[in-house]
Amino acid sequence: MILTRRAALVGLSGSLVSGCDALGNNATFRDTLMTAEKGNFTVQRALSDRAALAREFAPEDMSPVFRANGTRKPKGDAYAAHMAGGFRDWRLKIDGKVARPQSLSLAQIRTMPARTQITRHDCVEGWSAIGKWTGVPLKLLLDLAGVQANARFLVFHCADLMGSGAAYYESIDLIDALHPQTLIAWGLNDQPLPVGNGAPLRLRVERQLGYKQAKYVERIEVVANLATIGAGKGGYWEDGAGYEWYAGI
Amino acid sequence: MNMQRLYRHRLSTRLWHWVNAVTVFVMLMSGLMIFNAHPRLYWGQSGANFDAAWLELPPFPGWATLPSHYNLALARHWHLAFAWVLAFGLTAYFLRSLWNGHFRQDITLSRAEVAPAHLWDDIKKHIRLDFHSHDARYNPLQKITYSFVLFLLLPAAILSGMTLSPGMDAAWPWLLDLFGGRQSARSVHFLCASGFAAFIVVHVTLVMLAGPINEMRSMITGWFEVKGEAP
Repeated sequence: MILTRRAALVGLSGSLVSGCDALGNNATFRDTLMTAEKGNFTVQRALSDRAALAREFAPEDMSPVFRANGTRKPKGDAYAAHMAGGFRDWRLKIDGKVARPQSLSLAQIRTMPARTQITRHDCVEGWSAIGKWTGVPLKLLLDLAGVQANARFLVFHCADLMGSGAAYYESIDLIDALHPQTLIAWGLNDQPLPVGNGAPLRLRVERQLGYKQAKYVERIEVVANLATIGAGKGGYWEDGAGYEWYAGI
Repeated sequence: MNMQRLYRHRLSTRLWHWVNAVTVFVMLMSGLMIFNAHPRLYWGQSGANFDAAWLELPPFPGWATLPSHYNLALARHWHLAFAWVLAFGLTAYFLRSLWNGHFRQDITLSRAEVAPAHLWDDIKKHIRLDFHSHDARYNPLQKITYSFVLFLLLPAAILSGMTLSPGMDAAWPWLLDLFGGRQSARSVHFLCASGFAAFIVVHVTLVMLAGPINEMRSMITGWFEVKGEAP
């Protein structure tokens, strides 16, 4: 009696689990679940001021060790050569829907007005680390290039080739791009940005999760929509693993 | 002794109960999958691998997670979609229960009920597994437990969950102050989930002991059967 009841319970829970898995693998059901992302995006944007700041912390709040995650060192000879040369020849290109395409050296970027902020980095996995970022507000770079009226998104093309051979990329909209804490950072904790954290340049978009903070940024492409970039979902993890484009949660 | 049927659960209570019976499992199981991505908990604003964790667990097994194989992106879709079901359901139930007197009549404890002697009697009844009642009212321990879940556990779970969102932390910075930081909120969120899991175990056990058919019928049709004359 006990055995059969246990068997029944195991069978029931097993079929519930596989039923839920089947639902999750059903494209229509998954799309229905993912409409929540649009809801979350719309509601969060409605609740927050465009310029609402992420919390900035005191020096004593900084993580003793700032965890590097994802790519620790990009593959390939090109990046190795940049590393060996201290990133002297690294250029940041800004192109696409801009009036004046740019190709900026690190030295040029470092002479631009900089912002330093101690903020929290939240990984989609759940951990957080607090670090001190220094960089040029993205808005100043966009002002240099002159964003065209039909531009909607910025795509950050990165130097790290992922397992599939595709380069990492991410994208944000202009509301986040023009936010006062959004930086192209070149310094972490008063040092030049370490290789593990995205040397020589990375994006900081402080109201979103870690995978949006593109590292090893080589090119900022200004676009009207994301459909023609990569697989069209707006980022490496969005395309390949189904993560949300809006990573404010 | 003759049996008598009493109307025990309103439609709003029954609907919310069964919606939650599904939602809470989706939230707990997808939450465990999200937890598996970094099964360490911290206190304070930040916390990662190099920081001291107050709790570190082995990953939860596949039968306890949604989906059953590691897929953080899909678990997040489940969790962040059903969070709306939980939040809207709770809001609707709260408004309805304030309006129809459910909170005032059924959940609020009277002065007599919280008298130590009365509470002690109720505890002794529970220890004896004596669940005979002559009316359809909740007993004091039930009221205390439901109040704890309704007015503390559920709001704490929702608010601590919102604190995990960097977007919400910018929109509503007081969330961070309420919990003392995002990693504290993550710990509170996990403890709330543990509270729900404990509640479900006790709740289902007591339903089994108190008479599963009568209890289930009352939560489906609203009608509860008691022995004896009407009080």
